[in-house]
Amino acid sequence: MGYPHPSHSRETPVISKYFGDPEARTLAGWQKRGGYEVLKQALSTDPVEVQNVVKDSGLRGRGGAGFPTGVKWSFMKPDGKTHYLCINGDESEPGTFKDRELMRWTPHQLVEGAAVAAHAIYAETAYIYIRGEYTEPIARVSEAIREAYAAGILGANAMGSGKRVDVHVHKGAGAYICGEETALMNSLEGRRGNPRIKPPFPAVAGLFAQPTTINNVETVCAAIHVLRNGADWYKSLSSPTNPKSTGTKLFSVCGNVARPGNYEVGMGFPMKDFLWELCGGPPAGRAFKAIIPGGSSVPILTPEECEAAVMDYEGIQAAGSLLGSGGVICFDDSQDMVRQIARLARFYAHESCAQCTQCREGTAWTTKILERIRDGQGTMKDLDTLLEIADNMTGKTICVLSDSCATPVVSGLKKFRHEFEAKIPKNRSSVMIPSLSTAAA
Amino acid sequence: MSLHAMAPDGHAPHAEYRPVFVGARRAELDTLLSRYPSKMAALLPALWILQEERGWVSPDGIEEVAQALELTPAYVNGVVTFYTMYHQHPVGRHFVQVCTTTPCNVCGAEDVVSAFLRETKCGELGVTSADGRFTVIEVECLGACGFATPVMVNETMIECVSVDSVKDLLAGLD
Repeated sequence: MGYPHPSHSRETPVISKYFGDPEARTLAGWQKRGGYEVLKQALSTDPVEVQNVVKDSGLRGRGGAGFPTGVKWSFMKPDGKTHYLCINGDESEPGTFKDRELMRWTPHQLVEGAAVAAHAIYAETAYIYIRGEYTEPIARVSEAIREAYAAGILGANAMGSGKRVDVHVHKGAGAYICGEETALMNSLEGRRGNPRIKPPFPAVAGLFAQPTTINNVETVCAAIHVLRNGADWYKSLSSPTNPKSTGTKLFSVCGNVARPGNYEVGMGFPMKDFLWELCGGPPAGRAFKAIIPGGSSVPILTPEECEAAVMDYEGIQAAGSLLGSGGVICFDDSQDMVRQIARLARFYAHESCAQCTQCREGTAWTTKILERIRDGQGTMKDLDTLLEIADNMTGKTICVLSDSCATPVVSGLKKFRHEFEAKIPKNRSSVMIPSLSTAAA
Repeated sequence: MSLHAMAPDGHAPHAEYRPVFVGARRAELDTLLSRYPSKMAALLPALWILQEERGWVSPDGIEEVAQALELTPAYVNGVVTFYTMYHQHPVGRHFVQVCTTTPCNVCGAEDVVSAFLRETKCGELGVTSADGRFTVIEVECLGACGFATPVMVNETMIECVSVDSVKDLLAGLD
């Protein structure tokens, strides 16, 4: 539902159905709503069958990459090794706050989803990694786990199945990069959150060097509804014209918009209707200037590009951006795009783990150059330099943080170049260094 | 392991240091250790316990954590300095983090920061007020972008803080 606003009639609330309903947070409340029936059923079903239903449903990873969930689960074979499940609740992508609400309002939905996913990949242990700033979600999920152990839902004989399922919360400590799957695993192991070189992929050697699956919070929450109602039901929730993006997606909407919040719609929903009908359009008296549709790491779109798009993996891609995490960031016509793109670059410079040179140096220099343009100290050549740096930052590093910094710079320069040029003093050919010029005078 | 035993690289907390991992806190650490196949995996949780108890992650605390998990203090320090939420020096009684990343920035978050610096009399980011009550910092995305501007005061997240609500918010703190 459109939390914190009342649900809109055009939403399709599945995973967000109980947002704002405190009773759904408790074990009794969750069970009253059919909770843990799917887990009980799944525990007596062969993992391959569970994988197949999810495969058939077309459910794709909701963390940003969109990899088919059932296929990911099927990489895990009953090989006698210790398997692990990691649930990514690090949610740090600017503009995204959907997992926060899933964990705050329906912690048992996550615990059930994690337990089902663990069974599906032949794992006995699941770790839910939640960013350190999410103190309330951590408390809610921890309490749900405590209740589930006390009721025999988790533990050595989960729901009387004879199978062991353990679920633990692991609290992060402030690092955007720990949302990257291999950085998350390093962090969980007690290391600095540096991403790992792949291969080996997590399904071969992940957490503690064992076969590991890592799923986003929203993905495993959606999976239990798929298993409850079937693959065909899930596919019926989205636009029939695109079988590649199925089910519903929870979008977070923020920035300059009349009704910010979370909205759950079927994949393929028209973005124009979404922005205007559900979210209420821009703030009163304003117009949209730019929209980032999938979290800060994806290309910036113009309102025209957005309004022609449908909201699914392929639809947003056709519009020139990516669905990403579903974090929709709105900018109205009072915003200075140079200032905001510089602020985004500063975010990435702050969050770079500094392992790869292109990222460590690239994010820092991009920020310095953008900030001097913002402050009226730039030159026309700086615009070329920014693009050159962006090129050197794309596709050349261990993870995509570097690419993510380059993306808004490149798309911003393409679509709002006039704003950059307007800040560059005419006839300036070299960079002034204020302290030196003051000393000389 | 005795708390006065030497860590692998020969370091130990100062004699007057009061250990954190005793009694209920030691039991808590033991429970944590039972959840992972390695001792090292309990490092982030152990550092959280240390910070909850002492308000910051001190060099002596690092020595104690290193001993408890059979790591070197240098290794633990390397991990501590990677993450932004571990305080490497004492901070004010109320640690205020204001999100100023883009989604909040476009909603006026920088003005909220200025209001906090003014009303707390901290004056500057990262500086603790003379009365020891407040430290204010800017923080990157708190993950509550639809509730701009979110502010964390110690462990509590407060949604939709505006320039006008800063004074009232601070009045409710000791």
